[in-house]
Amino acid sequence: MTLLKVERLTKSFGGVVAASDVSLTVRRGEMVALIGPNGAGKSTVFNMIGGQLQPDSGHVLLDDAPITQATASERFRKGIGRTFQVAQAFLSMTVLENVQMALLSRYGETRGLWSPVRPCHREEALGLLTQVGMEGVADRPSAELAYGDVKRMELAIALAGDPKLILMDEPTAGMAPAERSALMELTDSLARSRHMGVLFTEHDMDVVFGHADRVLVLLRGQIIATGTPDEIRRDPRVREAYLGDTHGLAPLTARPA
Amino acid sequence: MDPSFLVIQALNGLASASSLFITACGLTLVFGVTRIVNFAHGSLYMVGAYTAATLVPKLLDLSYGPVAFWAGLLIAAIAVGLIGILLEVLLLRRIYRAPELLQLLATFGVVLVFQDLVVQIFGPQDILGPRAPGLRQPIEILGRRFPSYELVLIAAGPVVLGSMWLLLRKTRFGILIRAATQDRDMVAALGVNQALLFTATLFLGAFLAGLGGALQIPRVAANTGMDLSIIAECFVVTVVGGMGSIPGAFLAALIIGELQAFGILIFPKSTLVIVFLLMAFVLAVKPNGLFGRPEAVGASHAVGIASRAPSRWSAVIAIVVFALFAALPLIADPYLLKVATEILILGLFAFSLQLLIGVGGLVSFGHAAFFGLGAYGAALAVKWFGASMEAAIPLGVLLAAAGGALIGAFVVRLSGIYLAMMTLAAAQILYAVAFQWVDVTGGDNGIVGVWPPAWAGAREVYYLVTLTITAGVLVLLARAVHAPFGYSLRAARDSESRAEAIGLRIRYHRWTAFIVAGASAGLAGGLYAFSRGSVDPSLLGIPTSVDALTMLLLGGIQTLAGPLLGAAVLHALRDWIMPLTHFWRLLLGLSIITMVLVFPRGLVGTLARRREERA
Repeated sequence: MTLLKVERLTKSFGGVVAASDVSLTVRRGEMVALIGPNGAGKSTVFNMIGGQLQPDSGHVLLDDAPITQATASERFRKGIGRTFQVAQAFLSMTVLENVQMALLSRYGETRGLWSPVRPCHREEALGLLTQVGMEGVADRPSAELAYGDVKRMELAIALAGDPKLILMDEPTAGMAPAERSALMELTDSLARSRHMGVLFTEHDMDVVFGHADRVLVLLRGQIIATGTPDEIRRDPRVREAYLGDTHGLAPLTARPA
Repeated sequence: MDPSFLVIQALNGLASASSLFITACGLTLVFGVTRIVNFAHGSLYMVGAYTAATLVPKLLDLSYGPVAFWAGLLIAAIAVGLIGILLEVLLLRRIYRAPELLQLLATFGVVLVFQDLVVQIFGPQDILGPRAPGLRQPIEILGRRFPSYELVLIAAGPVVLGSMWLLLRKTRFGILIRAATQDRDMVAALGVNQALLFTATLFLGAFLAGLGGALQIPRVAANTGMDLSIIAECFVVTVVGGMGSIPGAFLAALIIGELQAFGILIFPKSTLVIVFLLMAFVLAVKPNGLFGRPEAVGASHAVGIASRAPSRWSAVIAIVVFALFAALPLIADPYLLKVATEILILGLFAFSLQLLIGVGGLVSFGHAAFFGLGAYGAALAVKWFGASMEAAIPLGVLLAAAGGALIGAFVVRLSGIYLAMMTLAAAQILYAVAFQWVDVTGGDNGIVGVWPPAWAGAREVYYLVTLTITAGVLVLLARAVHAPFGYSLRAARDSESRAEAIGLRIRYHRWTAFIVAGASAGLAGGLYAFSRGSVDPSLLGIPTSVDALTMLLLGGIQTLAGPLLGAAVLHALRDWIMPLTHFWRLLLGLSIITMVLVFPRGLVGTLARRREERA
């Protein structure tokens, strides 16, 4: 069934049209990649779905309920979790506390003045960290983590909201190649086991073609192609969009510079 | 109403708008380029007024005439410009990358230094300058007499606006200033000599402050209070106009000048209340001011409280310290007990600010507002209802909490430097109300006769009462910091976008933080009122706010114990040194500057850091 439905989203900044009539869908258990060259409008579309930006026109529906006007924090409650292009975490807290914080928010317990946070939902938070393989560093300050680990922690934070949909803006940016595929394998298995939809943007074609069920290509604010990885690889318009950078579209090659 | 009266009021409004614009224009220019809000801008204005008021009579003695008068004003302004250069080279260029809290504090240190220097150099008396030759006679407008000098002032604002426009649009220096205002890193990357650009900007900004001050001498006597009153007004103008926008400052000054001129007909006691309402309205509609752009990420936030492994020792230390304080009446004389009582109260005051700054990352620069509301609330309860201390202090706390709710409600929309300036402006307005609304607040004399009941009248008893209450509230607050309340605030401080993405309502959490911090500071204020038997407007003044900030900075904003230690050290030092010297403010100012430059993490913070590095 259709989980996320985006209808004709449009957004311009001054005279620049960053997104024009963008429509897309994501089903439960599906991994959808949104790709396109720099400046194509990926982050704009993403932030309109995540609630960080308000569209000029168009609609966003989650499980057929309109959420276009909802704030980012309301969308969290409706079941959207997200990770950011530049990882965002609570750096003054430990890894575990980062996840505990998200759990407190999910259960509506963020106003307490008396009971300490430390024991709150500790087991559940540890369980989430185990799912992303980070139970061993639970009590480390999150500021000391390597960047790849921060990204995995972000995933655990997103999972803490028990989301139906996870938005991942360039999940593997800034990571070493080995870490990249590990993170995406993890996301892949989580999406299937929890029956979540995943929408992600990505520059690394290996990641895209290795893990996406469907690929959407964005160019100058418009979706120019959509299909399975194989269809996209062969699509001449996509090849043109990447300005002859065709070896990036070829299967199993290194990421183009 | 007589139309000619309205015209005269409008002209009066224009004259004050002009003066305000000239000064505020310098502040907004310096902010635009350096991203520093220069608290000492008001001091430069004051120095300009004093210099002109001293220099112009001497020049007029040499050769009486308009040339000598206007040349005197210009020389004074240039002299202030040179001080600006000194300020940039000695201090500002060392703190461009520092957190905004430290920038504001360092430039406030400069304010303190100037306050003592001005008295030393120009003497303690107010100095009224001579009237301008050729403009001594008032002219008649619609049958009313109007000072002709005011007409010159009215013209001066647009002239400065026009010259700034020419300078910024038509000269290379102006283009660089505009470029740096948009993106100073890019300007640096393009190979522009940034040091020179910043120094020149400071000259220009200080020159305008000096000019603004010098132009006042025939109408206002140069006095030692003008630095803080003008800086609060300049903050309002720059915030309403949009930080860094010169046309915005002009429009805002115009609106504020006229509002004050006509507001006096509605609220004769305090025109600032109207200014406050205007500010609230503008920021509610346009959080970046009339012409301001969304704030680019400027200086970094000060690093606040972080999670720490729980230690059994901290509880043990707290109990030992409490026991030592409780045993103090056994050995101390009444004077020492008085000092100890004040240290406890100020410790609570500083701790309540720590909740906003160290935990919430909300740099409140007007924390005296809540302290003063608590004190005045308690004192008014005594005066009006004959309330006892047991009832008066809670009423003061309620008033302070209400103040926190009101001020918090619209500053939580703001961030960083805007928030700091707005909280300061709010506190200044309360100060003005306390000062001007004599019927209710007793004005400058304040309210006396605020004494504790007979059972708590003895020094030792009042000390123990204070100790019990502050210790109890500190335990409650410390728990709140470790509870979801404090963690949510820290989450919003660490990363707003992450906090929103996990469903936190940032503004709500920050608003409650203002209420809790306001109530706690109000409790400190109430205890303080009863320990002294009186309240007066100085409790609401900027120096009180800065005291709290200095205590935080001394102790460090990374720890819970920091503000308590900072309060003890600052108050003990003040008590010991102040009677020995005439230069307490100078010393305090220099110490604040030194602290910012050498120990930006504070005493406890620096010690903790050293321990961590060794480990």
